[in-house]
Amino acid sequence: MSGSMIQTKDATKTFMISSGFFQGKRPLHAVNGVNLTVSQGEVVALVGESGCGKTTLAKMILGLEPLTSGGIEVNGKPLAGQNHVDVAKILQPIFQDPYSSLNPRKSIGSIITLPLKVQGDPNPDTWRHRAEEMMEMVGLPRRVFQNYPSQLSGGQRQRVAIARALINRPRVVICDEPTSALDVSVQSQILNLLQDLRSELNLTYVIISHNLAVVEHIATKVAVMYLGRIVEEADTETLFTKPQHPYTEALLSSVLTPDPNLGVPDTHLGAAYPNPVEPPSGCTFHPRCARVMDHCSVAMPPTISTLDGQVECHIYDNTNGLTV
Amino acid sequence: MAERILTVDNLKIDIPVPAGMLHAVQGVSFKVDRGETLCIVGESGCGKSLTSLAIMDLLPTKAIRTATKLELDNQNVLGIKEDKMADIRGNRMGMIFQEPMTSLNPAYTIGNQMEETLMRHRRASREEARNRAVFLLEKVGITAARSRLRQYPHQLSGGLRQRVMIAMTLMCGPDLIIADEPTTALDVTIQAQILLLLAELQKEFDMGLILITHDLGVVARVADRVAVMYAGQIVEQGSAKQVFENPTHPYTQGLLECIPIPGKTARGSHLGSIPGIVPSLIGEMHCCHFADRCSYVSELCHSAPVDFQTGHTDAHDYRCVLSPKQCAENLKQEVSK
Repeated sequence: MSGSMIQTKDATKTFMISSGFFQGKRPLHAVNGVNLTVSQGEVVALVGESGCGKTTLAKMILGLEPLTSGGIEVNGKPLAGQNHVDVAKILQPIFQDPYSSLNPRKSIGSIITLPLKVQGDPNPDTWRHRAEEMMEMVGLPRRVFQNYPSQLSGGQRQRVAIARALINRPRVVICDEPTSALDVSVQSQILNLLQDLRSELNLTYVIISHNLAVVEHIATKVAVMYLGRIVEEADTETLFTKPQHPYTEALLSSVLTPDPNLGVPDTHLGAAYPNPVEPPSGCTFHPRCARVMDHCSVAMPPTISTLDGQVECHIYDNTNGLTV
Repeated sequence: MAERILTVDNLKIDIPVPAGMLHAVQGVSFKVDRGETLCIVGESGCGKSLTSLAIMDLLPTKAIRTATKLELDNQNVLGIKEDKMADIRGNRMGMIFQEPMTSLNPAYTIGNQMEETLMRHRRASREEARNRAVFLLEKVGITAARSRLRQYPHQLSGGLRQRVMIAMTLMCGPDLIIADEPTTALDVTIQAQILLLLAELQKEFDMGLILITHDLGVVARVADRVAVMYAGQIVEQGSAKQVFENPTHPYTQGLLECIPIPGKTARGSHLGSIPGIVPSLIGEMHCCHFADRCSYVSELCHSAPVDFQTGHTDAHDYRCVLSPKQCAENLKQEVSK
């Protein structure tokens, strides 16, 4: 457990959004100065509501979305200027929907071996063997090698996506909602598989999910995002037992555990998610915050270090940046 | 004794496909009382959505619907003419779909679509309809309701659109609402708000509510009664307390072991799983549908279709050959694993 695999420094992505025919373009800060470190062997979860920038951040880390400002280092080297093929040796993605992330016209075999082809692997005669090895590892029967995605179930397709991501033995896998398109019984199989592969292949995961029960189960560290910023980051244990930020509290209270003795919780998040083109002043969370104070609408909260992470909230102003 | 609002008895849906006859729903029976919430839970392809469409008579034309009884408020709605059904649909029973963007018409304003319901069914004037729409939009927590009426669906967020959908189904004061995965497309924070809203409105308007979902957390929190569906059949039915605290059918037990529960499931541990895949529903099946995936399968399961065991505990039925005692033993083993 050492060495940072991914480090983002004030990573920022601003999209210019057209707001009408005669109006000019306006900036949308999808990711707004994010500092995140992912160490070797960690499972870091990015959580937050839709539009909070978690997928954009993942795309930036993968090099699929150029940064507006700031920087990202992968395995100690700056991402900018690196060749895509070199980055792909270290980082691989798994996407949410296995129905749209696999080419329907390619056989399973050619989908799984494509990364080897792209990397210019020198021994084409070993490809089939390596693919079959990988298929066994992810629990796919060998006979589907010649089949097409349409002949497989959702769970099997997600296994194909995992096999494709892992065939080149990357060190980090970025999973964008890896199980949310799947049924619960299949979801548990895929989660078990991801856990097994992690210890077998010594992988590091960045997992994007809105399912906090899944995050609690699989992640070692959690970063909560709101309107393009990480508002709280902590070890999974700490975050789920002692959430610091009011937004984290609200998110946690919205988790529906299957307990028939409890009703639907009131999250006290009154207003809707704000329009990211016109973010609220000061702390962007203040219109929905249950513990809002006068100066929240005026000043941006500072980033305060905690025992095992960070939090951005005015509640902790008087702790002088000491541990919370 | 609460007033019965819906009775479904032995509902079957058959769909002819090139490979034969697909028996999508095979003899589903349940009842809903006024003020009661029934949750139908199951994985994709189990027939839960088709069941809800069958109640509304909105099945695809080639699907064949049969039932021994289908009554809304003690009136038969089986085999009645389409124009009669159209008077009931949207009037006596309303439906809320998963994705409000596809179920609202993008070419008409919110106001237009809401007012139309009342004008069609109650011959209300536009003025009356508009007042009712404003009243209901405020009820579902939408501010500046009168100006919202002039907006188009694309101008609203997902949560707001689902609120509009709910308000729209309430326009005629229905007796029954069927909500098919109403919160699946929404964020968890919005999901809680919408579920809370649905529960409040149901109490206030004293309606029956059928909620169809795959999310066991949602079911446990909102259901009065639960029906678990698997491969076209209800495999377990009972009160939420019965089903979640004493899951009896091996499939229900398996499902509950599959989901991680914060604070209960050990972090990073292996989750339970149900091996195998759902059987094809094409052609006749003369055995327990779950037999191929069940850990407690016996000769008996493969030899004949399995019917409900009833009368063991009050209104807690399950479709399995095992005795309740055996099932309780199995559950203990599952949990200790």
